[in-house]
Amino acid sequence: MSVLVYTENWDGKFKKLSFELVSYAAKIAEELNTKVVAVSIGNVEKAALAELGKYGASKVIVVCNGELNNLDNKAYNAVLAQAAEKEGANVIILAHNNKGKALAPGLSVKMKAGLISGVTGLPSSYSPMVVKKKSFTGAAFANVKVLSEKSILTLFQNSYAVVEKNIEPSIEEFAPALPAINTQVTNVDKVTGKILLSDAEIVVSGGRGMKGPENWSGIEELAQILGAATACSRPVSDEGWRGHSEHVGQTGKIIAPNLYFALGISGAIQHLGGVSSSKCIVAVNTDKDAPIFEAADYGIIGDVRKVLPDMITAFKEFKASN
Amino acid sequence: MKILVCISNVPDTTTKIRFNAEKTEFDKTGVQWIINPWDELALTRALELKEGSGGAVECVDVASVNLIDAEPTIRKALAIGADKAFRVNAMPKDAYFVAGQLAEVVKSGGYDLVLCGIESSDYNGSAVGGMLAEFMDYNSVSAVSGINLDGGKITINREIDGGKEVLNISAPLVAVVQKGIAIDPRIPNMRGIMMARQKPLTVSEPTGIDALTSFETYELPAPKAACKMIDPENVKQLIDLLHNEAKAI
Amino acid sequence: MNFEFSEEQLMIQQAARDYAQRELIKDVLERDASGEFPTHHIKNLADLGFLGMLVDTKYDGGGMDTVSYVLAMEEISKVDSSCAVVMSVNNSLVCYGIEKYGSEEQKEKFLKPLARGEKIGAFLLSEPEAGSDATSQRTTAIDKGDHYLVNGTKNWITNANSGSTYLVIAQTDAAKGHKGINCLIVDKNSPGITLGPHEDKMGMRSSDTHSVMFNDVKVPKENRIGEDGFGFKFAMKTLEGGRIGIASQALGIASGAFERSVQYAKERKAFGKEIGYHQAVAFKLADMAVKIENARNLCLKAAWLKDQGKPYGTASAMAKQYAADIAMEVTTEAVQIHGGYGYVKEYHVERLMREAKLTQIYEGTSEIQKIVISRDVLS
Repeated sequence: MSVLVYTENWDGKFKKLSFELVSYAAKIAEELNTKVVAVSIGNVEKAALAELGKYGASKVIVVCNGELNNLDNKAYNAVLAQAAEKEGANVIILAHNNKGKALAPGLSVKMKAGLISGVTGLPSSYSPMVVKKKSFTGAAFANVKVLSEKSILTLFQNSYAVVEKNIEPSIEEFAPALPAINTQVTNVDKVTGKILLSDAEIVVSGGRGMKGPENWSGIEELAQILGAATACSRPVSDEGWRGHSEHVGQTGKIIAPNLYFALGISGAIQHLGGVSSSKCIVAVNTDKDAPIFEAADYGIIGDVRKVLPDMITAFKEFKASN
Repeated sequence: MKILVCISNVPDTTTKIRFNAEKTEFDKTGVQWIINPWDELALTRALELKEGSGGAVECVDVASVNLIDAEPTIRKALAIGADKAFRVNAMPKDAYFVAGQLAEVVKSGGYDLVLCGIESSDYNGSAVGGMLAEFMDYNSVSAVSGINLDGGKITINREIDGGKEVLNISAPLVAVVQKGIAIDPRIPNMRGIMMARQKPLTVSEPTGIDALTSFETYELPAPKAACKMIDPENVKQLIDLLHNEAKAI
Repeated sequence: MNFEFSEEQLMIQQAARDYAQRELIKDVLERDASGEFPTHHIKNLADLGFLGMLVDTKYDGGGMDTVSYVLAMEEISKVDSSCAVVMSVNNSLVCYGIEKYGSEEQKEKFLKPLARGEKIGAFLLSEPEAGSDATSQRTTAIDKGDHYLVNGTKNWITNANSGSTYLVIAQTDAAKGHKGINCLIVDKNSPGITLGPHEDKMGMRSSDTHSVMFNDVKVPKENRIGEDGFGFKFAMKTLEGGRIGIASQALGIASGAFERSVQYAKERKAFGKEIGYHQAVAFKLADMAVKIENARNLCLKAAWLKDQGKPYGTASAMAKQYAADIAMEVTTEAVQIHGGYGYVKEYHVERLMREAKLTQIYEGTSEIQKIVISRDVLS
């Protein structure tokens, strides 16, 4: 028996999310009295692979095959299923991000393993497995029980703190049988030099109160100072001020960063649905009765176009001295 | 080509979420039901594909796993423009169960392209589409923000963690779609509304697939402490609070 | 007795709500300021089938009942009465008039494009000196054998510029009084028709209202609706139905202002609590809710009678008079609840208040409705 965790890499590097997943898996493995096996697909240097041990992986299975350069759901699931079988994994953990969401459902059917997606914490019971997940788009939590022997969990970013274990993992190459690759990627447009919304710990988000796309340089500057990703509310993406990929809210992306800045966002119920799980929310709005202040931890009543430059100056000073 | 769009019936997005006293079931009293927003966008895009295909897309049908009280939502999909509808007469127990039932509809209808919304706004499982693909052994792509047909070729825009990709993939395919796939959901016109009852809505009984998970209890998030207000002239105080109190920076 | 709406009626209501809340809301304030006609919205509403929703499907209409029409009008009017009035005039005056009283040839030729919304209709009854008193028509339509020759001026004509199919009420034989009046279908592009300037109105500013001048306009005989001398009865009968449209518009204006007030009362705080929980505001909201519910029931009752083929003239007069009057009251209170915000354009309620005023005036003032109602009561 083991706990298998899929650790995605980005151009050969792991991110904090990967370490959160391994830490989470390690805690579950401890409860189940077993070990963590991490699966890595693609070229990653030994040192980076070994780093997964630091957070509790006893073994790292490495699959290197040019066929797997791009995500093909069938092929990746073939890899994960074979690794799980080989390692006798009863619990499989993936990130609740684009890749995790693409893979976990197929794997669930392949392995007849109950899937609980979007979990935010440790199981409340391990036999049977019961885990709390977000439901009703952030308006509630559901406690979901797995009825099958095996289970698959997808974990939200920033919902489990990394814990260091300092294990020296064994690293093992693995060459599973692959099905024909059907996904032919013809063009990749990678966002470079910017923090991605999906793995940001801090998100700076602008709403209609920003009054126009020309005012976004302040948001970008603040994001850069804080190492944050940028986001926006629905009206902003509907107006075309920002791309759809930045829209957070009920019908856009659902995020849960450690710190969320809602700048000029009134906080319609649909918006709050997508951000209410953020650990700390700062709101700036002219309307003191805006619903965003109900959800926020810290609020400033004022025109964001006036407040934002002051914030930028203050955060700059803070960053310079810390 | 035959397209199937899987739709689920969810509470209107402004619904106040409540549960029964035992916290085991969602309280449906007074709830207005709508087509899951992502599914509605999927349907809109499917209809656009059909209209732009010059006859290559033979039909756009919809399927749903739910009890009879979901039929108004299904007929809304017919009013918007779907050709036929299928309802598997069962409570949607979990994503595995639902996907298993939908697979029967896909098999019997011989659909080559299936569109599913990336998640439902109630259980947020993000699972039915991927599971359905595996049940059918179809190709699948998730996080699809654009889909185009060009002859037999399917071109897809996919969001990845860290950017966007354009890819080609062959049918049979399940595309799990998200925002961007269509701009706004289509509003049904009078003719569509009139026709909805005349279009076929086939009801079938579920096959014996067991759920792999069960929703045991629900809880509401803990109420938040009141928002601390900061003087706009004293932004430094915000930084102090974020650093020392919230420990967020 | 049954207060349940059918699935189709609810779907139409939702479709109208979706269009209004998603699209009309985007530029309604700009158009209120500029007075620009909402050409693209009218095109979209036509594509959705709203402009000919009451017309039988065999004439390319939506084939919907009047109850659905009330529900749709309310939703559109919550946001934008300028669009709603185009819809109302086209549906319940022009299309209804031709469908009910026109010849088969007239329906083929004129009704179908109107029902599809490709053409828009206008109803030309009011004159500089004949508003409420419709019997004293000064516009003449002289019988010239194979055609009529029309001369005169019509005032306050909704859709005068955007519309192209006119229903013109004119006097053919003054000696016969109102029995000498005819209704003619006139193409706006006929030689001899000129428009006055766009009226700079208090509200419903992006609907186009003009006076229309006729100078020796030739109208073929076959464009007369009904027998010779049927025009006055035609106008009165058609207006009975038109009142349901305007009543529903007034209802929508009131409920639009009410919804905004409720929202505001829940969010805005004063003296430590949301203003909705202060009795002064709470009771206003209660009064508004009762009035709106009454107006809605009157509108739906009149619509139901019409759908059942029963007489509805008095019911529609009651609906129109009551809904228009409470729209004025409710919108005034809505501005009051919003305080200073209510007096600025961004919050919409002052615009709704300006729009409400017109519903008490056009298609029969509230006073005219009371004449209709009281005559029925005393008869």
